[in-house]
Amino acid sequence: MGLNRNVSLNTGLQYKGREPMLTFVLHRIGGLGIVVFVGTHILSSFIGGQLGHAGNVVYESWIFQIIIFFCATFHAINGLRITILDLWPPLIEHQREAIWIEFAVFIPLYLIAVYVIIHTALGG
Amino acid sequence: MRRTLPLNKRGLNFETLMWLFTRLSALGMYAFILMGAIGALIMGARTQMNMADLMRWSFMPNTTHVQNTNVLDLSMWSNPFWKVSASLLYLLAMAHGVHGLVVVCDDYIAGVTGRKIVRFLSIVVMVVMGPIGLMVIWA
Repeated sequence: MGLNRNVSLNTGLQYKGREPMLTFVLHRIGGLGIVVFVGTHILSSFIGGQLGHAGNVVYESWIFQIIIFFCATFHAINGLRITILDLWPPLIEHQREAIWIEFAVFIPLYLIAVYVIIHTALGG
Repeated sequence: MRRTLPLNKRGLNFETLMWLFTRLSALGMYAFILMGAIGALIMGARTQMNMADLMRWSFMPNTTHVQNTNVLDLSMWSNPFWKVSASLLYLLAMAHGVHGLVVVCDDYIAGVTGRKIVRFLSIVVMVVMGPIGLMVIWA
């Protein structure tokens, strides 16, 4: 056992896993983003005071909101797809279509949210 | 083409149960978030807060999330029903997230000892962060 993958980073990046791989990578990034955000948010609420307030200023900034909204929304929508396909295994035949549906839901939802966030940030 | 094994030939170990838990807790979190959003709208969120505040409340129905909005009666938003929902949602999400971290670590740590350390640390994180989160909700 142990890590022994005779694959260079360059070869790894050339792996063409297409949509399933893209959703896997984004699901992982999104999940880690949520863990970091929720973890530090709970800690800064718990600590309170000056340091906790400094944390909340970061969370309320519009750049942070755009990033965390991507993480949370993508993780939630992709997680729902995984849950549905895994709990009803016959549906796995339609996994490519499921990913297209997922992006058809996610992209408009996220773009609207980004528009609202920036609109609010500009004082709209 | 079906390649599924019958249940009695599949090993039903802890990892399998956690695999199932990850899916079911995802559905559970959807249920809690929908309940938070619907409850907020019943309590008058439509005219008392904006969309961002509504989402903030739905993702975690904690009073501090609606403190700075135009809600009429804050006590309605901090009653035991919402505190219990927030606690259950928090514990569900924490277990889901910590198990997710273990899965991510397992992709990079293949050694037996390393994986044991990861599992030990995951329990430490849950024991420490669980009470801290509940204190934030109930205090």
